[in-house]
Amino acid sequence: MTDDTDASIPKEPAVSQDESGSAVATRDEQHAPAHFENPGLPPHVHRLGDTDPAAAKRSERQVAALFTISMVATVLFVIAYAMIGKDADVILPILGKVHALNVALGVTLALSLLGIGLGAIHWAKTLMPDEEVVEERHPMRSSDEARAGFVAVMSGGAEGSQINRRPLIKYTLGGALGIFAVPLGLQLIGGLGPIRGDVHDLKTTLWDTGVPVLNADGKPEMRDGKVVTRPRRLMRDPDGTAIRLSDVTLGSVFHVLPEGINDTPEPSNEKVKAAVILIAMQENLIKSARERDWGLNGVVAFSKICTHVGCSVGLYEQTTHHLLCPCHQSTFDVADDCKVIFGPAKRPLPQLQIEVDDDGYLYAPHGFEQPVGPSFWERG
Amino acid sequence: MTAVGQERAHSTADALRADDKKDAPANKDGGPVGAVASWVDERTGSAKGISYLMKKVFPDHWSFMLGEIAMYSLIILLISGTFLTFWFVPSMGETTYTGSYVPLKGVQMSEAFASTVHISMDVKGGLLIRQIHHWSALIFVVSIALHMFRVFFTGAFRKPREINWIIGLLLAMLAMVEGFIGYSLPDDLLSGTGIRAMQGFILSIPVIGTYVSYLLFGGGFPGQDIIPRFFTIHVLLLPAALIGLFTAHIILVMVHKHTQYPGPGRTNKNVVGFPMMPVYAAKAGGFFFVVFGVTALIAGLVSINPIWMYGPYEPTMITAGSQPDWYMGFADGALRLLPGFLEFNLFHRTWSFNIMIGAILMIPILWTVMGVYPFIEKWVTGDNEEHHLLDRPRNRPTRTGLGMAAITFYGILFAACGNDIIAIKFDLSIDDITETFRVALIVAPIVVFWVVKRLCLSLQRADRDLLLHGRETGRLMRTGKGRFFEVHQELDAYQRWRLVDFVSPEPMGLPPATDEHGVRRKGARKERLRARVSHYFFKDRIEPVTPLELAAAHHDGHATEAIESHPDEAESGHIHGGAEEIGASHAYGHPAPHDKQD
Ligand code: HEM
Ligand code: FES
Repeated sequence: MTDDTDASIPKEPAVSQDESGSAVATRDEQHAPAHFENPGLPPHVHRLGDTDPAAAKRSERQVAALFTISMVATVLFVIAYAMIGKDADVILPILGKVHALNVALGVTLALSLLGIGLGAIHWAKTLMPDEEVVEERHPMRSSDEARAGFVAVMSGGAEGSQINRRPLIKYTLGGALGIFAVPLGLQLIGGLGPIRGDVHDLKTTLWDTGVPVLNADGKPEMRDGKVVTRPRRLMRDPDGTAIRLSDVTLGSVFHVLPEGINDTPEPSNEKVKAAVILIAMQENLIKSARERDWGLNGVVAFSKICTHVGCSVGLYEQTTHHLLCPCHQSTFDVADDCKVIFGPAKRPLPQLQIEVDDDGYLYAPHGFEQPVGPSFWERG
Repeated sequence: MTAVGQERAHSTADALRADDKKDAPANKDGGPVGAVASWVDERTGSAKGISYLMKKVFPDHWSFMLGEIAMYSLIILLISGTFLTFWFVPSMGETTYTGSYVPLKGVQMSEAFASTVHISMDVKGGLLIRQIHHWSALIFVVSIALHMFRVFFTGAFRKPREINWIIGLLLAMLAMVEGFIGYSLPDDLLSGTGIRAMQGFILSIPVIGTYVSYLLFGGGFPGQDIIPRFFTIHVLLLPAALIGLFTAHIILVMVHKHTQYPGPGRTNKNVVGFPMMPVYAAKAGGFFFVVFGVTALIAGLVSINPIWMYGPYEPTMITAGSQPDWYMGFADGALRLLPGFLEFNLFHRTWSFNIMIGAILMIPILWTVMGVYPFIEKWVTGDNEEHHLLDRPRNRPTRTGLGMAAITFYGILFAACGNDIIAIKFDLSIDDITETFRVALIVAPIVVFWVVKRLCLSLQRADRDLLLHGRETGRLMRTGKGRFFEVHQELDAYQRWRLVDFVSPEPMGLPPATDEHGVRRKGARKERLRARVSHYFFKDRIEPVTPLELAAAHHDGHATEAIESHPDEAESGHIHGGAEEIGASHAYGHPAPHDKQD
């Protein structure tokens, strides 16, 4: 394949024509060249300022004016910084209520910068030389001598080091360089976190554990040297108060966390797995027998952690009894085991069985039957 | 302008500049500046190198400013980001808010979130710096993407610039990751949700997913470590990588010298433009201030990421319409389109392809495809020349079509990221929208490819037409016999050159599968594949006009010529004469002198 063009630039166009546009081919058709030839740079057209001193003077003034605007804006920035309070608001057209200091500082900073920028560009365009310059290119490839020289240097180096004649050195060096980074890598990976991913942690939630039963003095009750526990109650998020079955009126929705979550070492890590949504439905609308069994008169509790990538499934539509995840719109049908009816999630939200204790509060007799939240390899 | 006129203009211009010189201090050694320069040069010998750099020529074109915008945004990011580090506290430690923003008073939050609210509310001008930083991050990624499009559609990735194409791709990827991590730092509700989703992505990786998650988060999600670790990555690791790669990128631009569009006087062996000193320095330096100024203006007027309204991250809370920054939108859109049935259990292990494809595999795959494209094109054309003249996109219909198809694919993923917003705004069912996007993701790129390719071919035909028959002037002319023509103005040699300076590669012929003895030739299959791809790329081709064709067009308004050659079925078109006859019986007319006489 040929180059895009020929390097030689003829001074005259190959085919000339007069200004009016009715062209006359200078050569006979039989002798017309196979390609047009590069006509070379077009004649330079002077700007007004190049010939007219008044125009040049005008440009000079415009550039100076832009630079002056910049200086004025800089001073205004300082004044705004000193004068405007941190929490003053102003009402501007279109933008509405805005933070006065931010707008004042932003606009003055912008003007100060734009004044310099536009001034410099205007200066370059109107007063600096505007005649194009031609620079030659050279092929990227080095000359043959240079390449030969390179090969000579490198093979000379190999020769001098005797690396090819002493395989023992060659291979031990390769080995040493091959593994020298292992200690650094080991330290880094070893130190970043538990290497043996504690998959048990992904498979369980706080609902699998109980809270200590307190005796009359408010101390944990002990039996056989062990703390006696009872299952955790469902508590309102964020108030942390227990919920009576009678509080859960038809159509209501409660965001729920397990009792005692704030006494754990890392409450956030527990919340992210144990969050539950409690919904009261008409019992006869529930299609699945298991779901009815695990609920109480149509009050059911499901994990609030999306089985897609783990956002909290916070949007409940009462009329359709659908739970919607705002992250990627996975939709779960609360009337039917929270199966996925739309969206990218695959698995239903796991249900949490609930019961009422002697004081009338809701509690979870045991944890979820399957891991909650996003899928992971070892989930199986 | 006549030669004499030009001469006069020259001397006047020189006279004006001569004036400047008279005013300058007449100091032989260059004054104090010269003294400093001399001091430095005696210790570094840099005068030669710097004067070489200062004389370097840069061609001018608006599309070359896209890379510049990316460069300046990077600088603005470094400056504004450094400011932010003075107040930001990269810690997940719990604290109670006591600052001046009333709605959050007494709320428990991480120090990272509290310090971000502090910067926004209690550090004077802090909000401006935060908004400059965020806006310039968005501008940075947009300008990188547009810069990349310009490089692709003009063929600037061809030899010798393949390395720079790949460095550019790495920069684009790092820029996105850097943006995502920066977005995560304030630990507000939206960014926490983003990290939560990211952990979900990581868990979907087969075999090592859980390990990676535990290492990255230093244990279970969210833990205490992620924000300090992200901080180091965001302010040290990735900026160092970005600056290093960017420096290599720009050095290669210097070494290769910038490409230029074809035009009179421009060849593959020269570069025509303005020298660094003073014109380019003033324009580029000025442009930095313009980009910075525009960013500051937007940051002053348009609020972005008002984290105090979202509140601190609470794993149990969520807001509707939660969306990542725009550049992550396409990955989010992919996650919305991938159907759930792609997840299954096999060998007691969970394979979540519904997540993995969009969140883990897509970006590396797309980047690999983009990375190998220059090499595929080179293999198809068999072209080993250096290319310094850019292609006009229309002159490479197949490449332009492929690029637009890729942009369409991207655009649909991006739109899918807003499927909930579209559903609400247009009162449509989200199921229908999602289904439509799923189909469009496959069909639209194919349609767009075909349409764009046809469009390029028509534009090329229009170029030929313009060249052969001149520009319509709107001026009517009456012949002796009372017929009307519109006069067409012939292009001059300079205008013409812009339209003919390109090569239209021919598809390579199918090589015989066997040699002369009837034995299968080695590598024949590979060559046949190559011939087939080459056929696909170049079967529809339009050649630049030759002088012969031009002459023929002038001699004969009825010239019939092959405007598009199919290798299989030679197809010929018909081009009408140099003037369009208006309301006449005769289809083609010509206002050339011989026509006027009849
Ligand atoms: C951090 C992001 C980037 C910065 C700061 C940057 C900056 C620049 C600048 C200032 C130029 C010279 C002016 C121009 O041609 O626009 C340039 C040229 C170039 N860039 Fe980038 N760029 C970035 C990303 C990319 C990407 C994502 C690609 C493609 C994958 C790319 C490929 C190229 C190529 C091939 C050239 C040479 C173009 C020519 O000479 O015509 N760059 N870059
Ligand atoms: S996290 Fe719920 S749909 Fe993706």
